[in-house]
Amino acid sequence: MTKSYEEINEKIRKGKAVVLTAEQVSEMARTMSPKEILSKVDVVTTATFGAMCSSGAVLNFGHATPPIRMERIELNGVPVSGGLAAVDTFVGATDCNVQRPEYGGAHVIQELIDGKEVILEAWAKGTDCYPRTHIRTRISLDTINDAILWNPRNAYQNYNVAVNSSDRIRYTYMGTLLPHFKNASYSSAGELSPLLNDPECRTIGLGTRIFLAGAQGYVTYNGTQFNTSKPINEYGVPMGGARTIAVAGEMREMNSRYLRGAYFEKYGVTMYVGIGVPIPILDEDMAARVSIRNEQIETYLEDYGDDFKLIGTTNYAALRSGEIEFNGHKIHTAPLSSLARAREIADILKGWIERGEFLLTAPTRPMPANRSLKSLEENL
Amino acid sequence: MEKRIVLNFPAENAQNPVIYDIVKKFDVVPNILKANVKADQGGRMVVELVANENEIKAAIDYIESCGIEVSAIGSKISWNSELCTDCGTCTSSCLSGALTIKAPDWKLQFNPDKCVACKLCLKACPLHLFSMDVSV
Ligand code: SF4
Ligand code: SF4
Repeated sequence: MTKSYEEINEKIRKGKAVVLTAEQVSEMARTMSPKEILSKVDVVTTATFGAMCSSGAVLNFGHATPPIRMERIELNGVPVSGGLAAVDTFVGATDCNVQRPEYGGAHVIQELIDGKEVILEAWAKGTDCYPRTHIRTRISLDTINDAILWNPRNAYQNYNVAVNSSDRIRYTYMGTLLPHFKNASYSSAGELSPLLNDPECRTIGLGTRIFLAGAQGYVTYNGTQFNTSKPINEYGVPMGGARTIAVAGEMREMNSRYLRGAYFEKYGVTMYVGIGVPIPILDEDMAARVSIRNEQIETYLEDYGDDFKLIGTTNYAALRSGEIEFNGHKIHTAPLSSLARAREIADILKGWIERGEFLLTAPTRPMPANRSLKSLEENL
Repeated sequence: MEKRIVLNFPAENAQNPVIYDIVKKFDVVPNILKANVKADQGGRMVVELVANENEIKAAIDYIESCGIEVSAIGSKISWNSELCTDCGTCTSSCLSGALTIKAPDWKLQFNPDKCVACKLCLKACPLHLFSMDVSV
């Protein structure tokens, strides 16, 4: 038996689709075969709510009179891109003013989503067609033309667990890592995580409609650093950071409950983004994929205190227990991404689909099948 | 180690030179962070004691024996629970077990009684939802 996107969408339109969250289906899989799951379940919702540095927003401010070709732009004092035509910009989540490193692009994006006003200041040399050289004004989502969240790399498929063997604290994007293996930070939502439920991206591709920070957004492309060459464990799970997605959506439809500007001590600004991805159960293979459980999802321990060496492996059931053992150390574990909020997102997406408000999309182009990563060579 | 404590002076004991006494009797360095004690009404004082664990314990026992109530400043760490996303990042630094996040609901729990006021969570929370309230 197989099901097509059209058959599943027809059920969704009629309000008859059976939708479960990835956690619910993993539980179900303890007693049911993939074949039974395929016959009972149409869609599985997955989600994550975590720090995703490679995020940002495309804004178009509209033209002032007289017009200006903005070349240097600040939003609430945060320098943002002046390299997109006259009145477009890209606000990178990690953009910040070095004088005030704890406030950055992610906070500007959150404030806009919250309906707040933001101060725009821009400078230009002045041209015959754009004579103005300076402007300072207030903007909000109500006053500008476009506000699109435009994230180049989100929802990492699996990620290494950070530990620190050295004798000093390391402040990292994986949080505060205490010396001598006193703690370990993990960032994935495990069995609820989108790309772990479709590890080869059979159903997630360009054009896939998703939950993005409260809005209905889209997968726009393979995310940057997309990597298919990581080792695969016996359950088909890539070890460590592998595939990623690029996503976009309308900021006016978003809610800051699912998007937060954040600051990691002595590291910098980042943005928490909530993403939910529906997975259609097209066949037994997809039913088996979404049945993955935390104990089957393995990842590496990476030592941020010693050259980022990979020093061991663990799995998400162990990480969630609050303590893992490594070489005689009992290491206190803590998450970095919110499982509670990811569950909330998976439930919202489930509700949208059950009520017929959200139809599934077949990829208009699949994700790359063979990709590995290059490192940056210094060759001058 | 350092330990921050709050001394609650009753009115009848407000003039007790207890800080002077602990310097003389024990090997502790007290730093008065905040004080609001009136001679006729009593009041509260926030003090950081720097010494080894035994000396600090002895000093606190002595202060209490003088009729001055001592409370841990941990109860003075405040957490903005409304904005908390339950990410759990702060729990990685909280080795005292005051901050925990676990199954089944994975919502952050803060138990002020276990807090030792190490202040690591102030920096660890990426949303800066903790603050140390040293007002007395
Ligand atoms: S101050 Fe220290 S002990 Fe208290 S809650 Fe924060 S991290 Fe935990
Ligand atoms: S780190 Fe901050 S946001 Fe995250 S659980 Fe702790 S208090 Fe809440």
